[in-house]
Amino acid sequence: MSIDLKTIKHISKLSRISVDEKRAEKLAGDLNSIFDFIEKLNELKTDNVEPLTSVAETTLKLRSDEVKSKNIREQIIKNSPQDNEDYFVVPKVIE
Amino acid sequence: MSDITKQSLSELVKNIKNKKLSSTDVTKAFIERSEKSKELNAYITEDFTSALDKAKKFDQKPNLDLKLPGIPMAVKDLFCTKDVKTTAGSKILNNFIPTYESTVTENIWKEGAILLGKLNCDEFAMGSSNETSFFGNVQNPIDKDLVPGGSSGGSASAVAGQLTPITIGTDTGGSIRQPASFTGTVGLKPTYGSCSRYGIVAFASSLDQAGPMAQNVKDCALLQEVISTYDSKDSTSIDFKRNQYSKELTNNIKGKKIGIPKEYRVDGMPKEIEDLWQKGIQYVKDCGAETIDISLPHTSYALPTYYIVAPAEASSNLARYDGVKYGFRAKGENLIDMYEKTRSEGFGAEVQRRIMIGTYVLSSGYYDAYYLKAQKVRKLIKNDFDEVYKKVDAILTPSTPSSAFKIGEKTNDPVSMYLNDIFTVPVNLAGLPGISIPAGHDSKGYPLGLQIIGKAFDEQNILNIAFAMEEKINFKNKITDWWIK
Repeated sequence: MSIDLKTIKHISKLSRISVDEKRAEKLAGDLNSIFDFIEKLNELKTDNVEPLTSVAETTLKLRSDEVKSKNIREQIIKNSPQDNEDYFVVPKVIE
Repeated sequence: MSDITKQSLSELVKNIKNKKLSSTDVTKAFIERSEKSKELNAYITEDFTSALDKAKKFDQKPNLDLKLPGIPMAVKDLFCTKDVKTTAGSKILNNFIPTYESTVTENIWKEGAILLGKLNCDEFAMGSSNETSFFGNVQNPIDKDLVPGGSSGGSASAVAGQLTPITIGTDTGGSIRQPASFTGTVGLKPTYGSCSRYGIVAFASSLDQAGPMAQNVKDCALLQEVISTYDSKDSTSIDFKRNQYSKELTNNIKGKKIGIPKEYRVDGMPKEIEDLWQKGIQYVKDCGAETIDISLPHTSYALPTYYIVAPAEASSNLARYDGVKYGFRAKGENLIDMYEKTRSEGFGAEVQRRIMIGTYVLSSGYYDAYYLKAQKVRKLIKNDFDEVYKKVDAILTPSTPSSAFKIGEKTNDPVSMYLNDIFTVPVNLAGLPGISIPAGHDSKGYPLGLQIIGKAFDEQNILNIAFAMEEKINFKNKITDWWIK
């Protein structure tokens, strides 16, 4: 398998990480060597194996849906790179 | 005063309880040594002024019934600490001040310990050498320009260099045990579900566990006793009966059956590692345990599995860094452009690489071929362990395939860096506890570790085996304080 520049551009778009041409080439090289290494899994026949999604073999506990932290709006907004008192601010999305 | 920092956690606790030392004495001593140790670059954030205030406050009304009375402690910068900057070693969180405390650190402060500062680590815990940190690489106290391992590199360096009496790290594929092995310290990765993940910056949620890093096994047991609690705020926290690990610690391991897996004898493994392993086998026999040759046939598939599962989960966890609610934001022409530039400038190269691998293996058309395949192989790896645990109580292996390497030696080849975790990764995939203890030195005088892997929730057993072996090994770390001028 080979990951070409077109695929890198596609993954970069899905990941929301902008990548210039030079970086894209480097990434293609890195990802190809990593996937060569990952391909080893194809040696194994796994048709009848159940996938393991969690090692913790317990059923999730239920709890009541209660608000535990109150009046922390200010604290939360404080970490925002740009805020307008009660709101997070982002670049304009509607013309 | 100068010998305070040479004392183990257990000695410090005893001396504070006997009133031979005050929390202020101890805190001052570790701050002074940390101040003289800037060259190690172990800290990202120092909280010394506040630590000293807390120590003085503790001494005014000392509660000596606590398990960590007035003990100063620096922690990996992956644990959210309320009102103290938490960066995860990343530019994207460079200005992030959590509004809440992680459960694990909360447990530590509740037992009387005092935060000294936040320790350096690989960015988002993705790395095996601490070289991916936005805040620069960390020096290993063992030798100049030697990596301390990673991702808990700052933690390992700080414990080995005696900048903190003990610390906590996190381990997703070996990030506690490998740096412990590289620095001649003890590191425990608990069973998945033993320590709460609440408030720990997430990397790969089905693998991440917090655990203690210490100078000796007894200290390690004591901290594990403090940090391991059931927590309803982590849906994968498991409610099981936890031992009083330090109180129940015993060197009596007579009759224990210890498995020696043949698949861990990998191609190209240095003879020094093989010799160390043989010595380890002799030590456990000398302690009255029995060794049994076992097979874990899917061992060589663990790393490829890990490099699908971990990046997949990471790509999902790290989707939250969008420059909107917290963290770094780059200027963009529109919303999407802002996202893309923020993530491109805010994340380092290794993190971007892993997000992209993860995004790819989860993307349409590739999910079954990669992610589902990896989950199936993960099941086979876990089955291997389940099978051998019908016959043995624990497993003994080397911790790493080599001793610590030089800074810059492996940065250009991601796969050679990943191979460092070959002995530790299977343990995370199977959710088991594993401990690395220092067991000898290589020809360069660098420490080498042995790993004991236990059954799920059987931390007490591997701590006991480690404790018994530690007595026989009588390891002495060769640290010259070269960085102190």
